[in-house]
Amino acid sequence: MTILTRRRFLIGSTFGASALALTGYGMLRQNAELGTVIGAAEKLTMKAQRLLQGRDALAREFAETDISPSFRVNGTSAPDSEAYTHLVEGKFASWRLKIDGLVERPQELSLADLKKLPARSQITRHDCVEGWSAIGKWTGVPLGSLLTSVGLKPSARFAVFHCADELERTLDGSGRYYESIDLIDAFHPQTILAYAMSGQDLSVGHGAPLRLRVERQLGYKQAKYVMRIEIVDSFAALWGGNGGFWEDRGYEWYAGI
Amino acid sequence: MKQETRHSLPSQRRRAVLIQRHSVVTRLTHWLNMLCLGFLLLSGLQIFNAYPQLHWGQYGADADPALFKIGASESDGGPHGFMKIGGVSVPTTGVLGLSKVEGEWTPRAFPAWLTLPSYQDLAAGRRWHFFFAWTFVINGLVYLGYGLLSGHFRRDLAPDRHELAPRHIWRETIDHARLRFPSGEQARNYNTLQKLTYIIVIAGPLPLMVLTGLTMSPGVDAAFPVLLDIFDGRQSARTLHFITASLLVLFVIVHVAMVVLSGPWNNMRSMITGRYAVRQEGSDA
Repeated sequence: MTILTRRRFLIGSTFGASALALTGYGMLRQNAELGTVIGAAEKLTMKAQRLLQGRDALAREFAETDISPSFRVNGTSAPDSEAYTHLVEGKFASWRLKIDGLVERPQELSLADLKKLPARSQITRHDCVEGWSAIGKWTGVPLGSLLTSVGLKPSARFAVFHCADELERTLDGSGRYYESIDLIDAFHPQTILAYAMSGQDLSVGHGAPLRLRVERQLGYKQAKYVMRIEIVDSFAALWGGNGGFWEDRGYEWYAGI
Repeated sequence: MKQETRHSLPSQRRRAVLIQRHSVVTRLTHWLNMLCLGFLLLSGLQIFNAYPQLHWGQYGADADPALFKIGASESDGGPHGFMKIGGVSVPTTGVLGLSKVEGEWTPRAFPAWLTLPSYQDLAAGRRWHFFFAWTFVINGLVYLGYGLLSGHFRRDLAPDRHELAPRHIWRETIDHARLRFPSGEQARNYNTLQKLTYIIVIAGPLPLMVLTGLTMSPGVDAAFPVLLDIFDGRQSARTLHFITASLLVLFVIVHVAMVVLSGPWNNMRSMITGRYAVRQEGSDA
């Protein structure tokens, strides 16, 4: 008798649970709002990684012999604008990096100015969010030293990188590439504004004249064609409000995983 | 015919007693683990689809040699799906490489019905994957902590010396192959093959999934560069992550087959309510 009732209970509960799971599954697949619940993991990931890394844990640096024979060009391969074409033709002589926002002394730097500053070279692995990796050698100016020289206001929290490329053609310009990192990553010793790759000036495909390297995060953080660095206390007012081109399209702002 | 009907009547059975087979922690963590692995697999295949090839070493991209690749190619006047292992290409049109999405032939590594979400959306796939990865890890730690502290591992999973004798294991293997499963008193505990399988899965592939997964994270690599030495690079870790996931799928298939073959209702009840029926010889129950 016990067996019979238990069996009935068992059958009922199993089918009930499966039905519930299936409906739930179907519902979740269609519900965009759910992203926020599921996205809670991102904060946990960031907190856990920051705790385990400490501020200055370095991404592995490789030897010259480890460099990928070919480094894939990804995202924009050449910004499609007259202004950029003009810059390329002039060998970026008229290009200026603007640093403004919540800084004491806004500045404009030419490529020659940047090259005169103390540089750092590093051979690191670039990890695309899609799954592939390539190892390359980058040379550039540590972002931290630039930010120190312009002086951050106390309310500064993020560095936003405005780029020359439009990855998606839109009427309102929201397809323009941009990225942002917080000050922990901005002052990380391996975070550099690279103007050279493998000892040569950056090619157009890899982001000439200047690209960001944030070595503890994924490829989409490594903004190419950097034109302006804006220091902000919040990126809520920029484009989609999520702090980056891909972030506005559903990707995590913290890209350490 | 008649005998069969009589057999299915509980009152006509040999006397069965219900024993407490699984603790509430084992049952909850088991089902939560199943849920996590299901979501992790489907979202993992979505992520794989974003770059459907595998490499060995620290780096690996389109231009580098691949160990494994799923793709589509145009030949003989039409598109074909293929899976390439080393130098061998296997046609897989309809399932891998090229499959129908809402009636349209679409190039995609794993078909829509195997990915979460079904449509191509790497960002969403990643969010699902990491949410359930955290749930899986926390759930796994609860189970490990419980298993160690409660004596569950020592009592239920650790085989004793006589069980480990080759002769005994051979006997059980033959019995399993003949689909003769322990009954009566012998069914009270896990048999040796079960114990060994569960120990291996708990200590091997499951932690390996976590570690190879973490090795793909540039942030974790900065914190623990040793992971890159253990797995010989991020791309190797990605390959091992895929292979280990395949082994887990194989385990689940065998596991479910064994559940079905050795008394599905009794097994399911024991994993849901905790109670497992053991038939007893004689009249005292």
